[in-house]
Amino acid sequence: MTATGTPVAPAPRAVEPGWVAQLRREGAARFEGLRLPTTREEDWRFTDLSPIARAELGPARAPGGLTEADLAPFLFGHAEWPRLVFANGRLQPALSRLAGLPAGARVGSLAELLLDAPELVEDTLGKLAVQPAAAALVGQNASAFIDGYAVVLPAGTVVDTPIHVLFVADGRALRGAVFPRNVVVLGANAVASVVESYVALAEGVALTNTVTEANLAAGARFDHCKIQRESVQSFHLATLEVRQERDSYLNSFSFAQGAALSRTNIYTTLAGPGAHATLYGLYLGEGRQHVDHQTRIEHAAPNCTSWEVYKGILDGHAHGVFNGKVYVHPVAQKTDGKQTNKNLLLSETAKVDTKPQLEIFADDVKCTHGATVGSLDAVPLFYCQSRGIPAAEAQTLLTYAFAADVLEEIRSRPVVDHLEDLMREWLMKAGQRGSGSAGKATS
Amino acid sequence: MLEIKNLTATAGGVEILRGITLTVNAGEVHAIMGPNGSGKSTLAQVLAGHPAYEVTGGSVTYKGQDLLDMEPEERAQAGVFLAFQYPVEIPGVTNAYFLRAAYNAKRKAQGLEELDPMDFLDLLEEKLKLVEWGPEIMSRAVNAGFSGGEKKRNEILQMAVLEPSLAILDETDSGLDIDALKIVADGVNALRRPDSATIVVTHYQRLLNHIVPDQVHVLAGGRIVRSGGKELALELEERGYEWLTEAAGAVA
Repeated sequence: MTATGTPVAPAPRAVEPGWVAQLRREGAARFEGLRLPTTREEDWRFTDLSPIARAELGPARAPGGLTEADLAPFLFGHAEWPRLVFANGRLQPALSRLAGLPAGARVGSLAELLLDAPELVEDTLGKLAVQPAAAALVGQNASAFIDGYAVVLPAGTVVDTPIHVLFVADGRALRGAVFPRNVVVLGANAVASVVESYVALAEGVALTNTVTEANLAAGARFDHCKIQRESVQSFHLATLEVRQERDSYLNSFSFAQGAALSRTNIYTTLAGPGAHATLYGLYLGEGRQHVDHQTRIEHAAPNCTSWEVYKGILDGHAHGVFNGKVYVHPVAQKTDGKQTNKNLLLSETAKVDTKPQLEIFADDVKCTHGATVGSLDAVPLFYCQSRGIPAAEAQTLLTYAFAADVLEEIRSRPVVDHLEDLMREWLMKAGQRGSGSAGKATS
Repeated sequence: MLEIKNLTATAGGVEILRGITLTVNAGEVHAIMGPNGSGKSTLAQVLAGHPAYEVTGGSVTYKGQDLLDMEPEERAQAGVFLAFQYPVEIPGVTNAYFLRAAYNAKRKAQGLEELDPMDFLDLLEEKLKLVEWGPEIMSRAVNAGFSGGEKKRNEILQMAVLEPSLAILDETDSGLDIDALKIVADGVNALRRPDSATIVVTHYQRLLNHIVPDQVHVLAGGRIVRSGGKELALELEERGYEWLTEAAGAVA
């Protein structure tokens, strides 16, 4: 399906170009050889994927008949935003709309694009997602993907409204696995914004293993926002890998709230001088949720800047993991990098493993990093109380304030508003659970 | 309005208040003065219910209620207001939101309906005039990046919104230039009512030129060592605290 064309169902795999077939074969072989990573590997030390293997999931079945009403809880922003809907890995043409895109923009199903214009993504698909830490996941995805989105913009093309891509899992996805595969190719000075939502219509065990590759030519700008709201029994694995040429800009945001076990990899390589990356994230965990983020920023050219802030709020017995690496190559002089991870624990049983890392092989750079883990400060809490705000309400307010500033980094206001609503809802439930330090603070 | 009897309190196991007795009636202004470390800020914070201090003895009765038995928010809802020596920064929460939350908490405690954001803005307009501020301050985060003077003015704005019966000003004059001092003092004076009382905790006499006290108490070593009229403050300005603290030491 193209911006202007009539949506069609993806064609059978047999007619894919040879290089895609090979990508699948290689992916399958890699996954066979590596299997899912174990906690013996440094990159997976804190995240145990064995429950996924034990769940013995098959391929997700095709979805039931989804309607507009099914999507309503997950839609936000403006009705005219371009929208692509995939259910259990399959494009839903009747629920997707792509009006109003500029001429030359190619936005739609990757599967379809691989049939009629595979050369547009040949330098990107399977070429960027190469980090060894994610090799097994990416390989499994390559071997099994049915579809995903493709955004290909020629030089100078600007799509300023966010393109909302919804990956929906319905009841027929339970006990199954979905492998979305997505590609973004931005020509010189092109501008695109994509919001990926992962949502569930049914509670239960399922797996999403999604891979997005984004290739940014000189001066391109890419805003990527991932919203993870999978069922709390499910598994979510995600990898975004970006390559940035001269003066390009990546603004990435990862919001993680769902899934029993989630791992999000966000990797970017600043390959041309003057490239700039900002990586932001917010993760919320409760119950026995496990939420892991790994980021890697490769400074492979001089005069690049990167700025990273991840925040986590963890309640109950939740376990948060943040592992961020900034790697500065010898050639990357004048690198300016800052990385921060802050965690707020609302209960005594929640925990966080945080590991911000710098590896610097150039001598003229400015890099800092830091991490904090703690509970709410007593002094601001008392300040609120001294103004009459009850302890529990003050705690919610301060928890919200802890995280709110990072959401402001998303460029699209409706997306910010939506995530603020989700966070407020989450905090309200945390307050009702009565967990957290509210009781402690008043004693 | 307020009756403190033989109040003792510790912080981290160290006794800081060693038997304070003080009565404040409606309509009065009391100044608590004293050298650094005398316990005057501790007294202010204990009255507001700061969790860092443990009350070990004595009693505090406020409008007939046992103040020490109330949570900090209950004290505030009942009309006790502490203007902080170091107002706290809360990044991520706007002044407008914070003030409305505080105002509505009090309304709720009084069994009144909460005010919606629009009606609250109307109310604020009046209060902002008092501290000579425009509405733009309301969209800034609470005290975040405020200058020392702005923070103190913000305390007075909060006080104006909450209209306390008992206002306790803890070193509100510290860090203020003379213009800011005047704005703050004028604000406090404008908020005085026949049925309200004010306790001014200060190291220096200069604030008392603007907020004139009915009584001045000198604290040293956790006790009140001298009480008198406003002229006592002037005497302290001239002679310092030493003559009183030495006398107190001799007593102790």
